Amino acid sequence: MMHLTLHVWRQKNASDAGELVTYDAPDVSPDMSFLEMLDVVNESLIVKGEDPIAFDHDCREGICGSCGVIINGTAHGPRKATTACQLHMRSFKDGDAITIEPWRAHAFPVIKDLVVDRSALDRIIASGGYISAPTGTAPDANATPIPKTTADKVFDAAACIGCGACVAACPNGAAMLFTSAKVAHLNMLPQGSAERYPRVKSMVETMDAEGFGNCTNYTECEAACPKEISVDFIAFMNRDYIKATIRG
Amino acid sequence: MDLDAGIPSGSIEQKWDNHRFDMKLVNPANKRKFSVIIVGSGLAGASAASSMAELGYKVRCFCIQDSPRRAHSIAAQGGINAAKNYRNDGDSIYRLFYDTVKGGDYRSREANVYRLAQVSVNIIDQCVAQGVPFAREYGGMLDNRSFGGAQVSRTFYARGQTGQQLLLGAYSSLSRQIGLGNVEMSPRQEMLDLVVVDGKARGIITRNLVTGEIESHVADAVVLATGGYGNVFYLSTNAKGSNVTAIWRAYKRGAAMANPCFTQIHPTCIPVSGEHQSKLTLMSESLRNDGRIWVPKKAEDTRAPGQIPEDERDYYLERRYPSFGNLVPRDVASRASKAVCDEGRGVGPGKLGVYLDFADSIDRLGRDMIEQRYSNLFDMYERITDENPYERPMRIFPAVHYTMGGLWVDYNLMSSIKGLFVIGEANFSDHGANRLGASALMQGLADGYFVLPYTIGNYLANHEQDNLNTDHADVKQVEVEATDRVSRLFGVNGRRTVDSFHKELGKTMWDYCGMARNKEGLAHALEKIPEIREAFWKDVKITGASADLNQSLEKAGRVADFLEFGELMCRDALVREESCGGHFREEYQTDEGEALRNDDQFAHVAAWEYAGEEREPVRHEESLDFEHVHLTQRSYK
Repeated sequence: MMHLTLHVWRQKNASDAGELVTYDAPDVSPDMSFLEMLDVVNESLIVKGEDPIAFDHDCREGICGSCGVIINGTAHGPRKATTACQLHMRSFKDGDAITIEPWRAHAFPVIKDLVVDRSALDRIIASGGYISAPTGTAPDANATPIPKTTADKVFDAAACIGCGACVAACPNGAAMLFTSAKVAHLNMLPQGSAERYPRVKSMVETMDAEGFGNCTNYTECEAACPKEISVDFIAFMNRDYIKATIRG
Repeated sequence: MDLDAGIPSGSIEQKWDNHRFDMKLVNPANKRKFSVIIVGSGLAGASAASSMAELGYKVRCFCIQDSPRRAHSIAAQGGINAAKNYRNDGDSIYRLFYDTVKGGDYRSREANVYRLAQVSVNIIDQCVAQGVPFAREYGGMLDNRSFGGAQVSRTFYARGQTGQQLLLGAYSSLSRQIGLGNVEMSPRQEMLDLVVVDGKARGIITRNLVTGEIESHVADAVVLATGGYGNVFYLSTNAKGSNVTAIWRAYKRGAAMANPCFTQIHPTCIPVSGEHQSKLTLMSESLRNDGRIWVPKKAEDTRAPGQIPEDERDYYLERRYPSFGNLVPRDVASRASKAVCDEGRGVGPGKLGVYLDFADSIDRLGRDMIEQRYSNLFDMYERITDENPYERPMRIFPAVHYTMGGLWVDYNLMSSIKGLFVIGEANFSDHGANRLGASALMQGLADGYFVLPYTIGNYLANHEQDNLNTDHADVKQVEVEATDRVSRLFGVNGRRTVDSFHKELGKTMWDYCGMARNKEGLAHALEKIPEIREAFWKDVKITGASADLNQSLEKAGRVADFLEFGELMCRDALVREESCGGHFREEYQTDEGEALRNDDQFAHVAAWEYAGEEREPVRHEESLDFEHVHLTQRSYK
């Protein structure tokens, strides 16, 4: 068992100023996941009559993208390519102090404690992150062969879980990695080519309007991404965006 | 209670076509006058919401997550079945239909399953058109793999993340409709109750999970796509938020609950590591293709696996089932591991685990090959357990994974409440007593893209519109009841946390209504569950405020419903005096320990009707007729 000290961001609601509050976590098993550690702390808070720490989570398998906190200054914590729910306490050692904060970005207002509003990401998708293929209009699935190399590359982009770590890690609070992953996924496919340029234009404009920052090549996003999505997709998106603006 | 499934006439191949022609259509200009509420945004909910919106209906979609993209469909790994016959290996719609009915141990409706197999081919086309990146071969054509319970390769997949890619496909369609203003999406909203007016489902009551506001919403029809109830066991592979509340509330408003005891246990999950365990993680059962399952021959053997010599190991699946070996179906493999652990031969912490050993395959195929096939799974295992499966056998144990039971629906996917439709895992319809691998994704999308949009149109075409609004007395009444319930939960102000009750319920369900069930145990659970429920309502503690984001309160409402639902599950398991699929009653097995069905008495759907707070629910039967599939005893010897 490990004995840890936690400094956790507590904030009642969006208008509250918020502060770091220190908690003692005396019985942490190295086999616990990071979120299970928070569960145990919360159980003890409830018994004491205090409000438990609010945090988003759901599948706890690293795929739904719900969870995400800044752990000692790093999005999702110290382990590479790992979401907070898949991070285990054996990554820490007895006596450690851990600071836990919500995603911090202009476009992600805090709702409560570690819970933030990421709906701006949904609005970026709604502005063009799709192929217009109404139900029932599809040709046979094998009608258009797609080379395996393309399909694999598309998958790499499509693996994004929409957790927002890239935004949280970026000094500019940019959503370039998120947006470019979707643009690249769809624009690299023959099915997506008809809407290629309007798509990139609309998604980039929405991204800007939502208050995300711009890319200045820190590449912190790639380092924080639990699915290891490459910044190459940002270059892809920029190329398509330029072509789209020239085309008008 | 009327349990007429409304199976269309004609040959099984013609039923769906005939029905589609016979159904009334809504004039395109009138569609926008009809409003539909869809609860849930997983594969079923998102595909239904986008397809309905494309048709022109006014759609409102609700989900509890912060975004519709996070529904638990996203976690499905393996794949999606479709009768494309791209392998030219003899697959057909009829074969997929046959395999599904047989795999379900003959407890599903033939006509529904046939339709599912028919539309399965359209699903793949639709998903590819949306840009879902299925695995492909070098020639650019779609790849397939084989999956348990089938002798053909009909499973389409996207690495180990098929559910994610299909859900993101449906979510993108849904997003397009949201962007166009055709769907009003309400995330972070939880359905607390169903509004029934004059015998028809007309709306829902929701709690805004951010502000705590309780709101009423009315529509011309309501669709529940709220998933399964595996979390009644506390520990399951379901997401933490998955719950029974929406379908349980509908049940208490008059919708029949069908076969609640049919639950599926998946054999290859990572074992529990301690009291803190909050959920279980599944690993694709493809691992059983190359791993050998064993435990020590003698009980309480504490040696490390490498120290146990070959002749002191029991490869129990290979011993008991020489022809199928480690590849027996899910339920058989799960029960066999329970049996060896019951004998005290389990391994790892708590002795609830068996070894899945790759040493022989690594010797035979080389480490590179094993890495190519399973590296993502091995990495996941190592991340969670801190053990290297290339060097030390994995430890696995069965876990609750999927629930075949759910709200009863007719051929149109309408429940026993008119105007209430139920799709995806939330209904009971297609998997009988056991679901085949890669069929859950197929059913969710079949219901949402290709079945519901037609059948709900037929209902709406016959539905007389009125000016019902949220001021109606019946709506207000349900809203008051939902609000009172929240206050009552807060009013208890006891000493124990919600999770402590949930864990207690889960353990009872797992011990007595889990992998193996018997009369005594179920009777015991039926005494025990009301006790836990009573203790909950006397001693639960919820801190914080109700007009706020309050995750303890959310959990409390869901656990309160699980505490009622668990009892119905046990009741259903007790009355079904046979073993079939995921329902194994120890009293009913063959001499060889296999599930023994009783087709004379139990070839039916058990549909439960709520009879009031203090009264026992009423069990109804819908008999199942098998005209095409020949009833046989499964054998994997």
